[in-house]
Amino acid sequence: MSRELLIIVAPLIGSMIAGLFGRYIGKVMARNVTILGMTVSAVLAIIVFMEIAVGDAPEIRQEIFSWIVAGDFKVHFGILIDRITATMLIVVSGISTLIHIYSIGYMEEDPHQARFFSYLSFFTFAMLMLVTGDNFLQLFFGWEGVGLASYLLIGFWYQKESACNAAMKAFLVNRVGDFGFALGIFAIYMIFGTLDYAEVFQMAGTAQYPKTIDFIIFGASDTITVITLLLFIGAMGKSAQFLLHTWLPDAMEGPTPVSALIHAATMVTAGVFMVCRTSPLFELSETSLTVVTLVGATTALFAATVGLVQNDIKRVIAYSTCSQLGYMFFAAGVSAYSAAMFHLMTHAFFKALLFLSAGAVIHAMHHEQDMRKMGGLWKKIPITYAVMMIGTLALTGFPYLAGFFSKDAILEAAYASHTSVGMFAWVMGMTAAVLTSFYSFRLVFMTFHGKPRDQHAYDHAKEAPWSIRFPLLVLAFGAIFAGMLGAPMVHGDWFKEAIVLAPGHDAMANAHHVAMWVKWLPFGAFLIGVALAWVLYIKVTTLPKILAETYVGIYKFLLNAWYFDKLYDKLFVRPAKAIGMGFWQTGDVTIIDGYGVNGIVATCGRIAQWFKGIQTGYVYHYAFAMIIGLLVLVTVYS
Amino acid sequence: MLSLVTFLPLAGVLAIIIAARNNANTARYIALIVSLATFVLSLRLLFNFDTSTAAFQFMEESTWLPAFGITYRMGVDGISLPFVLLTTFLTPLCILASWESVQKMVKEYMIAFLALESFVIGVFCALDFILFYILWEAMLIPMFLLIGVWGGPNRVYAALKFFLYTLAGSVLMLIAIIVLKNTGGTFSIPDLMNAPLDFNLQVWLFLGFFISFAVKVPMWPFHTWLPDAHVEAPTGGSVILAGILLKMGAYGFLRFSIPMLPDASRYFVPLIFGLSLVGIVYTALVALMQKDLKKLIAYSSVSHMGFVTIGLFSFNQQGLEGGILQMINHGIVAGGLFLLVGVIYDRMHTREIAKFGGVVNVMPVYAVIFMLFTMAAVGLPGTNGFVGEFLILLGAFLANKAVAVVASTGLVLGAAYMLWLYKKVFFGIIHSEEVQALKDMNKRELAIFAPLIILIFWIGFYPGPFLEIMHTSVEQLLTQSHTIKAGTNAVAMY
Repeated sequence: MSRELLIIVAPLIGSMIAGLFGRYIGKVMARNVTILGMTVSAVLAIIVFMEIAVGDAPEIRQEIFSWIVAGDFKVHFGILIDRITATMLIVVSGISTLIHIYSIGYMEEDPHQARFFSYLSFFTFAMLMLVTGDNFLQLFFGWEGVGLASYLLIGFWYQKESACNAAMKAFLVNRVGDFGFALGIFAIYMIFGTLDYAEVFQMAGTAQYPKTIDFIIFGASDTITVITLLLFIGAMGKSAQFLLHTWLPDAMEGPTPVSALIHAATMVTAGVFMVCRTSPLFELSETSLTVVTLVGATTALFAATVGLVQNDIKRVIAYSTCSQLGYMFFAAGVSAYSAAMFHLMTHAFFKALLFLSAGAVIHAMHHEQDMRKMGGLWKKIPITYAVMMIGTLALTGFPYLAGFFSKDAILEAAYASHTSVGMFAWVMGMTAAVLTSFYSFRLVFMTFHGKPRDQHAYDHAKEAPWSIRFPLLVLAFGAIFAGMLGAPMVHGDWFKEAIVLAPGHDAMANAHHVAMWVKWLPFGAFLIGVALAWVLYIKVTTLPKILAETYVGIYKFLLNAWYFDKLYDKLFVRPAKAIGMGFWQTGDVTIIDGYGVNGIVATCGRIAQWFKGIQTGYVYHYAFAMIIGLLVLVTVYS
Repeated sequence: MLSLVTFLPLAGVLAIIIAARNNANTARYIALIVSLATFVLSLRLLFNFDTSTAAFQFMEESTWLPAFGITYRMGVDGISLPFVLLTTFLTPLCILASWESVQKMVKEYMIAFLALESFVIGVFCALDFILFYILWEAMLIPMFLLIGVWGGPNRVYAALKFFLYTLAGSVLMLIAIIVLKNTGGTFSIPDLMNAPLDFNLQVWLFLGFFISFAVKVPMWPFHTWLPDAHVEAPTGGSVILAGILLKMGAYGFLRFSIPMLPDASRYFVPLIFGLSLVGIVYTALVALMQKDLKKLIAYSSVSHMGFVTIGLFSFNQQGLEGGILQMINHGIVAGGLFLLVGVIYDRMHTREIAKFGGVVNVMPVYAVIFMLFTMAAVGLPGTNGFVGEFLILLGAFLANKAVAVVASTGLVLGAAYMLWLYKKVFFGIIHSEEVQALKDMNKRELAIFAPLIILIFWIGFYPGPFLEIMHTSVEQLLTQSHTIKAGTNAVAMY
């Protein structure tokens, strides 16, 4: 087994052992096994990253075994590790390992730990399959695999109705995205006759494909636009982008380590990864890039507005994730893929940190997630407070922390793209940056500052055990330094051939030469946000309530996340149920069975009744019929 | 060899009649041993099967009724062999599943089951139309009895509905067969594949066969017998019904409609696609509203079979192979789901979804296995369902994009009803004492599922050997489907 394969398989082995034999080997053994698997994977991932990304080793390509062969259709399982994948590998394996360790403490009292660790490791396996695949079908394999893991983990506390519903919702909304994604894959096969990245990109790069495709009601459309837009629908589902975002906030029903790993650091970034991976295709369609930019920019602002008013600590961070993913997408949309990948990486660190610190707060507060019941906690849990502050500063773009480099790179690239959508994205991104700073500090102020609002919980709050603190410290280190260390990513073509740019798509190159005010404006946004949060949540604490009561419409609108859930319920869920009921009761029972099947039976019955009536048994009836018959025959033939 | 596989179960019937007398256990063991022996024998077919040729293999011929041109002719190719294996594979599992749940007239039950197996294998092997027709009809009788005698409370209605529905379809097929004999001059199936046929005649023949096969598949709107039959049938009956009997309709399309009536088959593609699409969406939505476990899975079967018919009529390698593979997959997965329902029905004696809830707390192993089958049913990559569904949709996309788009909505709807079912039955807290008292699966039950689970992953990760069996035959079928049998002037009609 090659080293690269072991990176992927080690978590699977851990998962299988913990899942299948968890009840025999006990929970301690189960979690040790999964952590061992993860550690092996992470160490190897770091070695590979060092060789490929820090050193200058060539990309790795391996074919493992052939998967599906039907006619000309051939797909195998394979491994492709270039600099994009290598970056993803350390993010996935590294953060997953930390979160496994964190879960030792966080899930300590849970009786189903073996199951939990098994799922976590299974998730990591699927995610690694996703990022290391060398063809679109393997990408899809991982894509759906992480969807299953996400479903299982959101619904981990299956006794809770809300958790089960959230899990279902996540799976189904993702399926809507996958529906588009699958069609995209079909279209790729139809056009290129293969699903192998290298072959597809090679043909796309040399324009060896039919320029137009007849796509149903859209008629003759640009081939690449159709393909990339279909793929992007998948990305919208997985990365919770505007319109398909509704599952992500609900996914917070899952245990907090899950939120950190799956719904912040790794799985939700799969869409961004996919767009960057398929840059050779996206680059060929201005339409698709525009769509990506618009959706990303809209999400960035939309989610930030909703995040302003949420009271559940995890929901705030969830909307923040949604918003940050929007940044990554519009970066990709303006062809600044390297900035998108860079932000993906830094975001993974500080967002995991934020979630895990929020988890530490929740842990300290005995599973209380409502920020309105917190306050003044910094005295009780100073370490958590410190790391949470680091995470917040990194997210909001405080100079020289992680987000400062990556988010600014995105905004500068959007500004430097010199296109109208690029400018739109820049304006949206800049506005969202103010909001980000505001809601992040609102969270910190509500949780850690001011007076305790629930004295009992406050009195019992205590710092988390080492297993929780250790990952927090490591991630805090990452949140501080990931930006500085990763900065070379956005210079030159660090990603080598993995990212292809069309001629003229030079937003990233120009980004380094934007005016000074553009570079420092995000910091201004940061300051405005902090100031506002300070005024509302520290200085004049009565003000938020007054504002909410004055602008009750806007407040409700934001609190209910623009009423998307209600809208979708009215638009899809209820009609589907009503139609299903109608088809069943009216279609099947009344029409097909009633008039059709049983109708025919009844008609036969009636006819039989009638014939039965003729057969009276009286001789003179029959004699009469014979005479009539005879007369008819004689008349006809005479 | 083929005859041995086909009639070994009938020999088992005799053995039960002679040996079992009134001893239920003897009947059970004889049935199990005979069905296992049949399975082992059928594996020999597999190992001796030559995948490089599309010709019929293990051919057997002997004159039977020469005056009417009727011959006893058997043989299998890469299209029928998978179904023979599926039948011999599922039957022992059904017998095991009926071990304790069937308590009345055990002997007769086992007799009916073995007879059913024999006739079904015969249907897939028969290469003479009359032989085929006789077995096709004969198989109705044991199935009718299985539903009517060992079924649920409304069994008589369901059994009659099943019987008359399918019989009505078969009558038209009989007429079509006789017309074919009169034009082609033979009842031999391989010979008729090459016989030239007028386009108009092909159209009429196609319709004759179509009704019969559409009822069996079942295609919308001929599907209403299925939910009733499933709900009332005993577990074993449901498994065979979903796993094998439904496949006979699609097999009919593959064996007769497409190769013998290629022009008409191409002509009717819009009809098939249309009905299949309506079927996929309509029954998926209906499944969403079901309150009975078995009924939900029955409707999901109709939806899944819609995918199969789309695949078959895509007329490309991916669609056809996907369609055939998906039939096998459906046999494994829907069969497995019915077996799973049987497991809980044996304990609770209800199939009403609302009566459950929180089952995972008391039956964790059962819950895991059910989840596995659920995922295979919704076509998650890594399970067999994905490979079949993906190939079908790929084939459909190559044939007609709109069809692929509409069919793909089945992916979302399928996930919706299956996950809803899972949530209602397994998740939540226990709210009834009956659920609290449930015991997890025993060793016998686990033994039933082990082979099914292996197949789910095997086909999911390495479908090569399974697709290999059918490659050559499908290629030939593809050539046949593109043949113009009716002459050039008729082709101008469409």
